[in-house]
Amino acid sequence: MDVDEIVEGILSGNKRALARAITFVENEYPEGKEILKRIFPKTGKAHVVGITGFPGVGKSTIVSKLTQEFRSRGKTVGIVAIDPGSPFTGGALLGDRLRMDGLDSSKKLWIDPGVFFRSMSSRGRAGGLAAKTGDAVRLMDAFGFDVILVETVGAGQSEVDVIEVADTSIVALMPEMGDDIQINKAGILEIGDIYVVNKADLGGADKTERWIKAMLMMDQEAVEILTKTSHAQEYEVQTGKIFDKVSRAGWVPPVIKTIADKGEGIPELADAIEKHFDYLKSSGKLIETRKQRLSREMIEILLQEMKNYLQRTDKINFKEVVEKVSRNDLDPHTAVEKIMKSILKDY
Amino acid sequence: MEEREKKIRVLVAKVGLDGHDRGAKVVARFLRDAGFEVIYTGLHRTPQEVAMAAVQEDVDVVGISLHSGAHMTLVPKVLNYIREYGGDPDEMVVLVGGIVPEDEFDELKAKGVDGIFIPGTPISEIVDFIKETVPKKKGMKVKS
Repeated sequence: MDVDEIVEGILSGNKRALARAITFVENEYPEGKEILKRIFPKTGKAHVVGITGFPGVGKSTIVSKLTQEFRSRGKTVGIVAIDPGSPFTGGALLGDRLRMDGLDSSKKLWIDPGVFFRSMSSRGRAGGLAAKTGDAVRLMDAFGFDVILVETVGAGQSEVDVIEVADTSIVALMPEMGDDIQINKAGILEIGDIYVVNKADLGGADKTERWIKAMLMMDQEAVEILTKTSHAQEYEVQTGKIFDKVSRAGWVPPVIKTIADKGEGIPELADAIEKHFDYLKSSGKLIETRKQRLSREMIEILLQEMKNYLQRTDKINFKEVVEKVSRNDLDPHTAVEKIMKSILKDY
Repeated sequence: MEEREKKIRVLVAKVGLDGHDRGAKVVARFLRDAGFEVIYTGLHRTPQEVAMAAVQEDVDVVGISLHSGAHMTLVPKVLNYIREYGGDPDEMVVLVGGIVPEDEFDELKAKGVDGIFIPGTPISEIVDFIKETVPKKKGMKVKS
């Protein structure tokens, strides 16, 4: 398949074309860049939803059930699921796909015309995503999926790259993963637009839910509410129900309890996802965030192009400059300033 | 041969009513250690599901594990569905692993299978076969 066929294929709903395009992009073939350029005008319509959380909390199962739910609501769903690639061998065991439907094929998600699933290896990259996840999402967006689910690598505490591609980020937890100090640590627990306590049939789910709510409310406003709480409201404080009474400007991340393999809590989760998208659109935040993201992406591309330029230009002998610096004839800052001056007239 | 490199992607699939997945899991694990990207389907997939996965994941290798004796029926079905879904099984290396009687090897190969690996095969044999055959079929270098 050549570039023309692939672009035409993507825009006319050919899954094989989409699959091949992702391969080109993932392996950094020049065709991949060309395809991305040409499909770009068709992007920006899909709602990109990221799902992150520690290994084994049930991200893939949530993705499977959410896909079912969105399909029953008449939406088409594209999925990019990332698993870790080995930093030693480069190999990867991509095991997210097998959770789709689990052992129950009755929903036929694998062959559903409105579903496309692609597994990706992180290829040794930290942060929870593969380097080309954003581009894969864009290809799916141009293909026309209504919702694109991005499932991260099982994340640790600081893998927060998902917010660079997702409009809505879901952080999935489960009971007994630590105490309220763990919940209040910086990093992944700061990024949720929606929090999920999965495996809620295990003991301790209510406590985890309360801790997350308390973490989200821990600011001056919440302190005032709690100090004004009468003794009669003690029950509401203890159960965390008091937090539901707080009305504040903007988006308050909901905490949703799910038992994903039984499908419990999934419709509520889908509702919250749709509500968040409406909020992003009506508040203007969607355009604003996407613009900021594009600006970061363009700076990254610019730096990459700069690197490529330095490698191939004969205007500057970069190796020779490095030699000079290593002999202490020049310092790194002055060296780079000189390079900049020789490239840009008005530097 | 075109001078470009590609990471090899392998689909390891279990088709039909066959609960014997130890072999498939062990092979998947060792192919991972050989530097391939391995997608495992899990048990009891239909031929349609395996074919659709091969197309969407754009794999270079489709490995089908069968211990049920249904290889003569199910393997051609998978390949036909790959074609039906717009893929090209001739561009993929098709492997069958598991219980296949030796006197059926030729017939199975005539149906489009490139390699058959029965119990007792050293894993290096499968890895070498993949590294050798994928570049021939794809016309590109292999990255590992």
